[in-house]
Amino acid sequence: MLLELDNVTVAYGRIEALHGISLTVGEGEIVALIGANGAGKSTTMRAISGLRPVGKGKIRFDGDDITKMRADLRVVRGVSQSPEGRGIFPGMTVRENLEMGAYTRKLRSEIDEDLQRAFDLFPRLKERERQAGGTLSGGEQQMLAVGRALMSRPKLLLLDEPSMGLAPMLIQQIFDIIVEINQQGTTVLLVEQNAQQALSRAHRAYVLETGRIVKEGTGTDLLTDPAVKDAYLGVA
Amino acid sequence: MMAVIDSARKADESRVRAVTGLRDRWANLPYGWRISVLFAFVIFLYALPGLEIPLIKTPDTDFTSVLFLCAVYVLVAVGLNVVIGLAGLLDLGYIGFYAVGAYTVAILGSPNSPVVIQYPWVVCVPIAIAVTMVSGVILGWPTLRLRGDYLAIVTLGFGEIIRVFALNSDITNGNRGITGVPVPSEGTWPEWMDWFPGITAGRPIFSVSNVIGFYWLALTLVFICMLGVRRLERSRVGRSWLAIREDEDAAEVMGVPTFKYKLWAFAIGAALGGLSGALFFSKQTFINAQGFDLFTSILWVAAVVIGGAGNQLGVALGAILLAYLPERFREFADYRLLIFGVALIVMTIFRPQGLLPSRRRKVELEDRAKEGAVGE
Repeated sequence: MLLELDNVTVAYGRIEALHGISLTVGEGEIVALIGANGAGKSTTMRAISGLRPVGKGKIRFDGDDITKMRADLRVVRGVSQSPEGRGIFPGMTVRENLEMGAYTRKLRSEIDEDLQRAFDLFPRLKERERQAGGTLSGGEQQMLAVGRALMSRPKLLLLDEPSMGLAPMLIQQIFDIIVEINQQGTTVLLVEQNAQQALSRAHRAYVLETGRIVKEGTGTDLLTDPAVKDAYLGVA
Repeated sequence: MMAVIDSARKADESRVRAVTGLRDRWANLPYGWRISVLFAFVIFLYALPGLEIPLIKTPDTDFTSVLFLCAVYVLVAVGLNVVIGLAGLLDLGYIGFYAVGAYTVAILGSPNSPVVIQYPWVVCVPIAIAVTMVSGVILGWPTLRLRGDYLAIVTLGFGEIIRVFALNSDITNGNRGITGVPVPSEGTWPEWMDWFPGITAGRPIFSVSNVIGFYWLALTLVFICMLGVRRLERSRVGRSWLAIREDEDAAEVMGVPTFKYKLWAFAIGAALGGLSGALFFSKQTFINAQGFDLFTSILWVAAVVIGGAGNQLGVALGAILLAYLPERFREFADYRLLIFGVALIVMTIFRPQGLLPSRRRKVELEDRAKEGAVGE
């Protein structure tokens, strides 16, 4: 297993947001984490990337225990997160934002290669190369966040709500790109409110409810599960 | 009311465009031109004490002393700008570092301090810088895990602790203070400098009665520090600070060791604050705790914000205004807190990025305003 969460709890002050989450992500998979607002999806992501300290439980990545590892060192190990919402650097240009993604890497030739790859994936970013990140539209910022997360050449890409605030056509597009990234060899763990899209693209998925995992299965299984349909797909 | 604010803001935006237009035009000038203009400006600054320019002279105070104060404040602003403008950490107790630097020089160098060793100034100052750096790390280590307002409150406390300590401790001679703070050198002006107005050959270079020497030294240190900070700003360190300032969480998931770089910003800022304090009080030759009130500390922050945090020229302008205006317009000097307070409020409404803004910060602030508007 590339990533393994074993009974992880996270608390904000005295209030426990995750009550023991266990999940696994295998190499080469796309795994989705779906759930309503406040279910703990983003908290789970922040625990994995190291932005939120873990109470009890263990996180293992690529064979090592990273439960207590600093966030920046996890990036070096190969975990990369595209933060929730508008986590781009507003005052930096698109190019500088992408370069920030390669912060932990040294080899210039490789970085240039990956810059090219990001521009190939998102031609729109190439057009806006010299524009400040804060002046981009919501969709462009989302592309930038994903492109930037890829710049560290991660083993595991964490995507927090990649479709948030996007027009339906753009949502299709961004999920197409996620699948493409996965096919190029990057493992993906994504958190989504758009369960329809997430489940139809993911190999496996977990359903999160108020800090607990209540269901897991393959994407197609969950898509047809009556309870999931009822709660998350808006079909009665 | 909103309409008034809106139209004022529009007018301001066109002015901003004019300023950035000017900046572009400057950047497009041939290299040789820019160097020559800069060189001439630097010469002008050095020559300022000897020039007879009407209107800018201060009526009641020795003009060179005011220039020296301006230079010291610019040095303070350059250091504070590293902390506030570059790394985005709000430090309200910066004067604490200024005090630590000044007291270190006084204690180690003065014959009237409780510590008997009397090191010369050139030895005291590097020690003072090292001590302030360490004090920055000691303050930063536990507190830099805090963010935003919390950090501001803790630093505010730090500034006050240093002042109260200086007031009550034996090593600082308590409220009596320390006299005989060493001057940078006991040397005298050579014959060939005699032509400069105000300089008499054979008189000491550094004296209270003639501060040209102090002014030139301060100005030189300002240039060195500004160039040094500019280099840092454009290095990987500066890029890390920028990322932390714009979005600390995002910086962390890019792999920036945020705590380490925040600590560096604190230490470097502290070192510059200590240097400024050491410089200023060796001109005063006397130091006691009264020189370190919190209001001054807060006025410095105001100067940085009003001038344009993140842009060295901006913060220098803010510092010069803060040092110069109360001396030039003595009759209003008592109102300087009021005036700077009002200026700060007006600025936050109409021009939060400051008089000479840093381009990036301007985008950041607009971005934050947008986010705020969405949240409403």
